[in-house]
Amino acid sequence: MPKIKIPHKSPRIDMTPMVDTFAVILIFLMLTATMSSPEPATVDTPFSISEKPTPDFNAMTFLISADGKVFMNFDNGPDTLLKYRPKVLAEMGKRYGIEFTEKQLREFQMYPSSMGVRIENMQAFLDAKDAAERKVYQEGIPMDSTNNQLAMWIQYARTVNPNIQACIRGDSKVEFPKVKRVLDILQDLNVKRFSLVTSLEAAKINLEEIQQ
Amino acid sequence: MAEIIQAEKGGGKKRAKRILPHMDMTPMVDLMMLLITFFMLTTSMSKAKVMDITLPDKVIDPEKQQAPKISASRTLNIILGPENRLFWYPGGVKPEEYNNLPPLMETNFSADGIRKLLLDRNRALFKKINDFNQQVIRGEIRITQDSVQGAIRQLKNVDDTGPIVLIKAYKEANYGNFVDILDEMNICGIARYTFVDIAWYEEKMVEAAVARGSSPAATSSN
Repeated sequence: MPKIKIPHKSPRIDMTPMVDTFAVILIFLMLTATMSSPEPATVDTPFSISEKPTPDFNAMTFLISADGKVFMNFDNGPDTLLKYRPKVLAEMGKRYGIEFTEKQLREFQMYPSSMGVRIENMQAFLDAKDAAERKVYQEGIPMDSTNNQLAMWIQYARTVNPNIQACIRGDSKVEFPKVKRVLDILQDLNVKRFSLVTSLEAAKINLEEIQQ
Repeated sequence: MAEIIQAEKGGGKKRAKRILPHMDMTPMVDLMMLLITFFMLTTSMSKAKVMDITLPDKVIDPEKQQAPKISASRTLNIILGPENRLFWYPGGVKPEEYNNLPPLMETNFSADGIRKLLLDRNRALFKKINDFNQQVIRGEIRITQDSVQGAIRQLKNVDDTGPIVLIKAYKEANYGNFVDILDEMNICGIARYTFVDIAWYEEKMVEAAVARGSSPAATSSN
């Protein structure tokens, strides 16, 4: 009697569906990714119930770190061709008598996160090769009454982009007078509407108590 | 792995047994896993939210610009104190009586503290807003989301019973408290609130209250 030959197959798992799923997830994540660019200081934003999202463009954000340094970030406008960032920097350069090169302007246009650099150090900051070297210059924008560079930045940012909206992203631990100083500078420049950047938190209200 | 099952041809020529082309997908899967992990870690899914506030005009010349007159009975002053403490007093204080300033009441940021205090005073308006929201949810009022905000703003505009809240910050307050208190205004649907500079006599009142220690008598319960 001949033996029945059972075809000997090594057990294999068909990975095709898994690969398909992974590909879908990967593509989804790649398309929705908004890279969180590293900020010069970590900030724990306070919580609120507000559900309004942060604007994608036409925003200038003031980052106030826990030790009271102020950093500023603003965008290139709804279209990158508008090049608001280099324009503002060029204006700032004119005001402080600094001539920025094409390369430096381009570098500033591409710089993704907030900057807190004195305008005198700006050229060195933009010429720096890596992030570690740059970090040395991130000492907060000066805003004393004698050397109010922050006010100048705000003024030129608003001249170049009249639709710009002020957002304040402060650490919840920062002392209030530091924030007040920024608010005062904005108020002096006739900016009266601000957005405070917060994280979402649900609030509970005891409704029965209200109905009494 | 991807295998193509070929139909066995019955009979016919005998062919040399071909090995099915196998592709080892393990490295690909590994790579994909890595990329997915990377993207999941770097994407910030929940976008930060913003809360809008509007500050009043700055008083440049106090003689030319007169402060808006508001009735003292509706006024509620909230002062952000040091160490997350929260003080309040109703009505106004005459600076001339600086030797005899009224003591500040102390409350806190919990739901039983400032929220209860504000809701007590703002009950009429809050009820209106809440009823309106409920009607929208139940579908009794058909309205777009944008108009809901507009309608609530309208309700707030015509309100004339709720408190007028003046928020002041003592110099040792922190920014988190400031956002908390503005958030509380939104939660309680306060129609009129604004942030103003703290006056010198109010700073004195805070200092007195802090020196007095956390007095048990002055709580939020009244």
